[in-house]
Amino acid sequence: MESFLGLLVVVPAVLGGLAYFLRRTSVQLALLLAVAIAHLAGVIALWFGPHLTPAVFHLRVDPIGLLFLTTTSVLFVAASLYSIAYVRGDTHDEPSARHRFVPFLLWFLATMTLVTLAEHLALLWAAVEATTLASAPLIYYYRRRAALEATWKYLLICSVGIALALLGTFFLGIAASATPGEAPALSLPALMDAAPQMAKPWLRAAFILALVGYGTKMGLAPLHTWLPDAHSQAPSPVSALLSGALLNCAFLGILRFYQVCVASGDSAFAETLLIVLGVASLIVAAAFLIRQRDVKRLFAYSSVENMGILAIGVGIGGKAAFAALLHAVNHSLCKAALFFVAGNVLRAYGTTRASDVTGALRRLPITGTLLVVGVLAIGGLPPFGAFVSEYMIFNAALATGHTVLGVLFISLLAVAFLGMAMTVFSMAQGEGHSAGPEAPLAVLPSLIFLSIVLLLGLYLPPALSDLLSEAAKGLER
Amino acid sequence: MMVLADVLLLIVLMLGLAIVGTSRLSAAVRASAIQGVALAILPLLLRDATSPTPVALVIATALGTLAIKAILIPHLLTRAIREANVRLEVEPTVSLHLSLLLAAVLTGVAFWIGSALPLPRPARSNLIVPIAFATFFFGALVLVGRRKAVTQVVGYLLLENGIFVFGQCLAQETPFVVELGILLDLLVGIFVMGIAINHISREFEDIDTEALSSLRDDD
Repeated sequence: MESFLGLLVVVPAVLGGLAYFLRRTSVQLALLLAVAIAHLAGVIALWFGPHLTPAVFHLRVDPIGLLFLTTTSVLFVAASLYSIAYVRGDTHDEPSARHRFVPFLLWFLATMTLVTLAEHLALLWAAVEATTLASAPLIYYYRRRAALEATWKYLLICSVGIALALLGTFFLGIAASATPGEAPALSLPALMDAAPQMAKPWLRAAFILALVGYGTKMGLAPLHTWLPDAHSQAPSPVSALLSGALLNCAFLGILRFYQVCVASGDSAFAETLLIVLGVASLIVAAAFLIRQRDVKRLFAYSSVENMGILAIGVGIGGKAAFAALLHAVNHSLCKAALFFVAGNVLRAYGTTRASDVTGALRRLPITGTLLVVGVLAIGGLPPFGAFVSEYMIFNAALATGHTVLGVLFISLLAVAFLGMAMTVFSMAQGEGHSAGPEAPLAVLPSLIFLSIVLLLGLYLPPALSDLLSEAAKGLER
Repeated sequence: MMVLADVLLLIVLMLGLAIVGTSRLSAAVRASAIQGVALAILPLLLRDATSPTPVALVIATALGTLAIKAILIPHLLTRAIREANVRLEVEPTVSLHLSLLLAAVLTGVAFWIGSALPLPRPARSNLIVPIAFATFFFGALVLVGRRKAVTQVVGYLLLENGIFVFGQCLAQETPFVVELGILLDLLVGIFVMGIAINHISREFEDIDTEALSSLRDDD
């Protein structure tokens, strides 16, 4: 069982290297799908084992990690399926760029898996930085100037941001050295045991550095500047993974530091900071969503908004932390579905500028419908899952006396939803002629994901709700 | 040994200042390579004799640091400069005189932080924390105060070197595998950035990052 965990990282990494030597794109894509399905099978097997295991080689399963690992794995299978339709439809790309697509995707999967399983915080850091390096070439898939600019910003801003998180990790080591006896290693369980005796100023500084560092990668305002560029320039399956899986991994980095703060009994300052950055993200996202004319940038700012919701939920704590984790699942599924659909729109119209797209419902009936439904789902309208999670956070805010925060939260969400809906509905309506049948693999992943989000709004399966409770307990005072 | 470590730390500080103050790109890369040599030796001098880590692993880490920070990364940067036909001046947006002045102020701030934030367990040398912060600040200064993509990478490297120095005051050593992971990340990072610089120079005929500002929300 223990060595099995390592396989989840090693197998995609090694097969990614192998994919580099495969000539034919169709063989590469078949390998991609096979690895994705095998990875998901492995992750499902973990659900049947204990949800908290001792660490072997600095890797272990814990409820929060397992939750994010599962969303990553599910999204990756969908992205692999969608990639088959997407890459096949490509005609104008440089063959070398297309040849590198599958290897880097597999390395991206390996590094994200390592993030969710790492229990040593320096290893976690190395894994998060590795996700940047594995995904940067994916953003530069289309060899255009704009893509190059987005890639450079992503590389530099995230690398420098993450450097702060490494400094924060070392600060935590210094804080831990205040404990009597042998200083604890930088492994999460050891740090949590030692937390009550830690040097508080160093612990606080460590959390701030980690919040800023990993927050840059997570896309929390005002550190989100790379995010709309990278998400809009990357090919759609990559945008879906960046938004739905990678941002969660960065959030996990912040949560690990938060867990240590909670264990130290001194987490009030951390909660305040999370709420402040969360609200800032909501404000920035709402402002940019209102007048956004590019549909992929629109969805990217929606990710900034949703990362803000996660930060606020964890900042409020208790039931809201549970809701935040549920919202992470809802957001990942919705956003992946939306980016896949945006890719279909881009294919059909040759642009993602909203003003140049009309009549999507007529021209691409399935894609157009999924686009509208997806926006309703991510906007938190009932009966979709995001409604449940957002409503729970709102309720928890009121119940804990955060009245102003609760009202601000709901109003900003409403503004953001209106901004998104206006743009997307204008794209869906209007005249258009059917462009013929749509490729099944291009619409199926979105259809399945949005159905799951609908289902999560009506019924929360006990297995998921148990895991969410276990994970939320890990964030409780 | 501690005196030697202090001397080495001061050399790291001086090389950082040299990178901030130089007008030649190649000189900045060379200074950063020498800084890499100093950083590889530093952990050997600061090593606690009672540390349970086998000597072989400590030496392996030092060799890894030397190979990556002193040889491979400077080599990658030199190649990027040559292949991208970068002009040899650093092209500061903040003038070199002002940069040096700021660096002096930042060094003062770093020493102040070192005395204001006492370590729970005293480090092997009092200079570690202030010089780590100073190097880190120099890196940030070069990152924001220079226009070229290559110089920004040099700044990022300086920043990372500052964090490396800071890592020396951890009471528990980082496991070898993790240390190696961090070093490899840095190497691959610089490698990927080098490739990006190459593409930028081909696309834009210059690696002035001001050319990289077309992506906006109002276009």
